[in-house]
Amino acid sequence: MKTHITHLFQSVFYLYYDGFTNMRIGKTLWILIAVKLFVMFAIVKWLFFPNVLQENFATDAQRSQYILQQLTKDN
Amino acid sequence: MEHTDLLVDWSRAQFALTALYHWLFVPLTLGLTFIVAIMETIYVKTGDEKWKQTTKYWMGLLAINFAIGLATGIIMEFEFGTNWSNYSWIVGDIFGAPLAIEGLMAFFMESTFFAVMFFGWDKVSKKMHLVSTWLVAIGSNLSALWILVANGWMQHPVGMKFNPDTARNEMVNFWEVFFNPNAVSKFLHTISSGYVLASLFVIGISAWYLLKKRDTQFARRSIIVASSFGLITSLFLVTTGDESAHQVALNQPMKLAAMEGLYDGEKRAGIVAFGVLDTAKEIGDELDPFLFSFEIPGALSFLGYHDLNAFVPGIENLMQGSEKYGILSIPQKMEKGKIAVAALSAYKKLKEEGNLTEASKALKTFEKNQAYMGYGYLKKPEDAVPNVALSFYSFHTMVGLGTWFLVLFMVTLYYSMTNEMHNKKWLLYLAVATIPMGYVAQEAGWIVAEAGRQPWAIQDLLPVGMAASNIASTSVMITFWLFAVLFTALLIAEIKIMLKQIKIGPEGH
Repeated sequence: MKTHITHLFQSVFYLYYDGFTNMRIGKTLWILIAVKLFVMFAIVKWLFFPNVLQENFATDAQRSQYILQQLTKDN
Repeated sequence: MEHTDLLVDWSRAQFALTALYHWLFVPLTLGLTFIVAIMETIYVKTGDEKWKQTTKYWMGLLAINFAIGLATGIIMEFEFGTNWSNYSWIVGDIFGAPLAIEGLMAFFMESTFFAVMFFGWDKVSKKMHLVSTWLVAIGSNLSALWILVANGWMQHPVGMKFNPDTARNEMVNFWEVFFNPNAVSKFLHTISSGYVLASLFVIGISAWYLLKKRDTQFARRSIIVASSFGLITSLFLVTTGDESAHQVALNQPMKLAAMEGLYDGEKRAGIVAFGVLDTAKEIGDELDPFLFSFEIPGALSFLGYHDLNAFVPGIENLMQGSEKYGILSIPQKMEKGKIAVAALSAYKKLKEEGNLTEASKALKTFEKNQAYMGYGYLKKPEDAVPNVALSFYSFHTMVGLGTWFLVLFMVTLYYSMTNEMHNKKWLLYLAVATIPMGYVAQEAGWIVAEAGRQPWAIQDLLPVGMAASNIASTSVMITFWLFAVLFTALLIAEIKIMLKQIKIGPEGH
């Protein structure tokens, strides 16, 4: 049983390992994906896209109050 | 900071930019996964290695498109939290559940079956590989389902209840949200449009090989599969488009009126097959909305209500209302909306003061007028009308191109079956030229869906002005240009890598 599970994990590992090492165009694509994800998450998200309600208010009750105030501010 | 029109416009422009760029990548993935699954099925059935080569070639182009498009939709999630925080809070559970399911589904599908599909050719059995390819096709399409359920809810909010204490919509009936007729028709129309685009893509690139007189057998095989798939899915696209228009007529009549440039409603209303709008036309004046037009009588009544004699309200009827047809005017809706907003405000204050009896009365008033709440935020009745020219031209571009695609599939299927395609240079050039038209139709479709429903973020309940966050418009402008550069770079990368692979051809794979 144990040998069977080990064999399964080995097969899955080699599926990915061989797949990545034998890639041609894939290497360029992976570099592109890595750069894109880095730009999106490490630069764009971090610098420009704070979650406004999460950052400005500590609790959901405060967030609710703020939104209710926004919805009814002209009354 | 205060909401300004400038801030809202930049936030909308940024969302439109990111959504439109994202949508350059998604439909090809939705359709090409099915085309490669069909090709691989033929390979497994026949054992012919040439079909394996054909499958692997198109799978390579699918990989490029998938990799470059990957995570471009995440940016819209960022924007929800930053630019549209009011909206994100108010939609609450309605968006959370479908998007969470989508995220989990996409993650598991992409990390397992995609890997088997791309890396597993010599590692797993033929049948296991084929199953993985089909699961990628089905999974990527189901992934789109959840996004479109959320979008369908925005266009026709059902299965939810607004909680006046938390200012959030809470899901009361998941199945009502899931089987929302607007969401179902939108999902089917959207995925079938992806199948059509992928078919055009395969036919166009194959036509290029035929023009270059290389890989001709590979090109013929590809054209036969893509033309058959494109023809069947085009016919399906027509039926789903019909249902989408029917849902728009029932739930978003102003959008339908804008899509057709219909100002004065009528029975047996016609569809403008071709027309040019008069830019001088304004609501309430006597000018003809068209400089010239060619109309198909009764077609709009039939499309919208499945009845040739049905009355289709125009922009003027919706603005002024009609007792005869049970239509409330926009000023009446605004009045009810203002009552809803005032009642919500009173409920909040009375509850804080501990006056629960009066708070309960205010809540009842709110609930009675809640369906028109969004109108309470409009400054003037004209604000309830979307951009007519944008909606009209986008809709007619989409429909016109869709008709052309159907004809093209018939012709390419016929000539590929009679083995004459390679001799028809005019057809090969047309097929190549139609690839960008497929993308134009895709984008036009989204413009109709999203610009046509303005001013609503949530139909009738929340206008975009109230949905936006109070942030500096300069930061939105900066990120708009940042994204414009980033996405343009990605698009250039995609086109360059694709063209390189196309030039290498199937022999090089």
